[in-house]
Amino acid sequence: MANKLNPESVRQTKALMDEIRRITTKPWNIMEICGGQTHSIMEYGLDQLLPEQINLIHGPGCPVCVTSLELVERALQIAAQPGVIFTSFGDMLRVPGSTGDLFSARAQGADVRVVYSPMDALKLAQANPQNQVVFFAVGFETTVPAIAASILHAQKLGLDNFSILPANVLVPPAMHAILQSPDNRVNAFLAAGHVCAIMGYHEYEPIAQKYRTPMAITGFDPADLALGILLCVRQLEEGRAEVENGYPRYVSHEGNKTAQAMMAKVFKAVDRQWRGIGLIPKSGLGLRDEFQAFDASIRFDIELAQLQESELCIAGQVLRGLSKPSQCPAFGTICTPSNPLGAPMVSGEGACAATYRYHKVN
Amino acid sequence: MCLGIPGIVTEIYEVDGILMSQVDFDGVRQEVCLATTPEAQVGQYVLVHAGFALNLLSDTEANETLKILKDLEAFNRNYYGEQASGE
Amino acid sequence: MEESLSNLQNFSCPMPISHHETVLIGHGSGGTLTHDLIRNLFQKQLGNPILNQGNDAALLKLGQEIPEGMDLVVSTDAHIVSPLFFNGGDIGRLSICGTVNDVAMLGALPKFLTATFIMEEGFPLTDLERIVSSMAEAAKEAGVQIIAADTKVTEKGKSDKIFISTTGIGWRKKDLQISGQNAKPGDLVILSGSIGNHGIAVAEARGNLGFKSEIKSDVAPLNGMIAELLKNFPEVHVLRDPTRGGLATSLVEITCQSQLGIILEENAIPVDQDVRSACDLLGLDPLYMANEGKLILILPQEFAKAALSCLQNHPYGINAAIIGRVEEKPAGQLLLKTPLGTSRHLDMLAGEMLPRIC
Repeated sequence: MANKLNPESVRQTKALMDEIRRITTKPWNIMEICGGQTHSIMEYGLDQLLPEQINLIHGPGCPVCVTSLELVERALQIAAQPGVIFTSFGDMLRVPGSTGDLFSARAQGADVRVVYSPMDALKLAQANPQNQVVFFAVGFETTVPAIAASILHAQKLGLDNFSILPANVLVPPAMHAILQSPDNRVNAFLAAGHVCAIMGYHEYEPIAQKYRTPMAITGFDPADLALGILLCVRQLEEGRAEVENGYPRYVSHEGNKTAQAMMAKVFKAVDRQWRGIGLIPKSGLGLRDEFQAFDASIRFDIELAQLQESELCIAGQVLRGLSKPSQCPAFGTICTPSNPLGAPMVSGEGACAATYRYHKVN
Repeated sequence: MCLGIPGIVTEIYEVDGILMSQVDFDGVRQEVCLATTPEAQVGQYVLVHAGFALNLLSDTEANETLKILKDLEAFNRNYYGEQASGE
Repeated sequence: MEESLSNLQNFSCPMPISHHETVLIGHGSGGTLTHDLIRNLFQKQLGNPILNQGNDAALLKLGQEIPEGMDLVVSTDAHIVSPLFFNGGDIGRLSICGTVNDVAMLGALPKFLTATFIMEEGFPLTDLERIVSSMAEAAKEAGVQIIAADTKVTEKGKSDKIFISTTGIGWRKKDLQISGQNAKPGDLVILSGSIGNHGIAVAEARGNLGFKSEIKSDVAPLNGMIAELLKNFPEVHVLRDPTRGGLATSLVEITCQSQLGIILEENAIPVDQDVRSACDLLGLDPLYMANEGKLILILPQEFAKAALSCLQNHPYGINAAIIGRVEEKPAGQLLLKTPLGTSRHLDMLAGEMLPRIC
């Protein structure tokens, strides 16, 4: 993105990076689970400013990348139904399923539309009473309040042609899964600032304690990221394992209670498949019984054929930080942003696409 | 998921019974739903994502960030040192 | 009262185009309706001695319409932009400026254009008039004439409102060396103004993104500014307009053509604040957004400052800035240096730019 860094921000970032360099005495692995943070780190080349001992691992923070193959295929099948207007956030359009992607579905005549808000989908439903409007509910907790509010509003308006394909995922269960894994290499986490703006950070304290893994709630500007990394390194060097808030201008301990109440009213935690990783218990959100009418996977009862992932794609290892994209044999050759084999090459801040775009020289 | 942008609320109203607003982002205006932040007032900054306000910008907490930064030794040295000798 | 088509052939006096509100199949069938449309709209707005001759083709004589001793430059472009009208321009203005600029980017003086119109049955004639009028205005500003034209009408649903294709003819001095292959190490890269405006203006006009701004498309004919530039700086190595794919894609193309590297200073690239906000909001990147009134100029370092002033003195170059330099390495690659001193590699736009949620 063309620059928005003011001199103040540059100064702060450099000063924070200096401090990180000053206090780092050992190698540390720090993971972020947030696509926006991955994107920012790549965009500003922040890893180039860190001391060699600090290794940033890009975790499964891109909800587009972790949406299961099954859900992508279901989306394709629903979109192909006559009379359906299938709406989605833009970056889902090129995620490959087994039979193609939403982009190619559109080329074949499906009515697939990019929306910026679930409210846009709801407005489409109001404007097109003869069509079924389906919204692909992808995203972490940041996006859920918007979806919950839209469902509540649809219920209030008595809309019978609006539904969602539930695909939302939660961060804390992913952290558990990563930290519980025998080959875990993560020493500290940068917690996603906007997820925490909604949820607060009380959920992370027991995780930090249980796994002795420090965390810093972190924003997205270079100075915010540098601060988050510094807070983690400081804790690691001092042997502490707490949750520190590096983004207090938007994040409080309790979070946004109104938003949380809406989410709790409409959704409940369900088991969810994370593409490339596998099943993580209670890591997704499904609709509560009273709102089942808005569940597109029930409204459109479709049997899915045999699902097949690319054999070459090592997305799972990349998403868990076990392999770097450049270590994948297909990286940059068979698998490129124009011809992605797996989800992390599609989304701009999927680790593979980001690496391809920003680090090709190295 | 994370793409949240701060903007200033310029107008608040209701549409079909749901709380909506006009938010200004440096000259770009967008309709933003305030259902998730009903306490927002005109003139306040909100963090916007997917057409909804996620949270209000906390003035007092913004100063918290600076406080954290002030704690840091090198930060003091580099940042305030520069400022003193600079402009 | 609406006459049926079969009666029209017997009428001797012309039907005023305002009698019909929309384009009919008959308007494309070569009969009276077509002739009336041509005479009352196209010739009226775009008319010139060559077009008005009404022959099957236009005659351009060497030594007369075309000066002797010059190289001819030809370019063609199709325009299918939707929506047709947006803040700052429309498909008509785009169709003229796009082709004029393509010809001018080779250092040529564009003079003659052809235009074909493919319209969908039912397309409102008021919209057509508005578009053709806009073309006339743009052509006048650019100093070009439309010397041959064609109209066709498809059945409803077989095309999308209107498509316009234009071909431009110009000429330039015989030994001019301006091309993407021509960049040299040590050259500086100049951008004539802010990027992303056109892309956002069109996105906004689509109306489904729920945002409003004062952002205008920058669509403009740049041949006047380029002529002024070349008059004073014949040492220009490369000229390119960063249209589809944006600034980044155009520069990557040049690095590949020249087999050299280009290093950009991120802070030097002009982006209007509201365009930046709109891009943030929509998850788009200004570096990859289409521009229709900007140029990239690459020339030897010793002329850069003066050339910059030359651009800045022109209404279409007020915000011109030096944004980078050409180096031997890394060959075929475009790098962006951030204000933090870090670098990242910029690739071509892969597929369609999709707004991101993260």
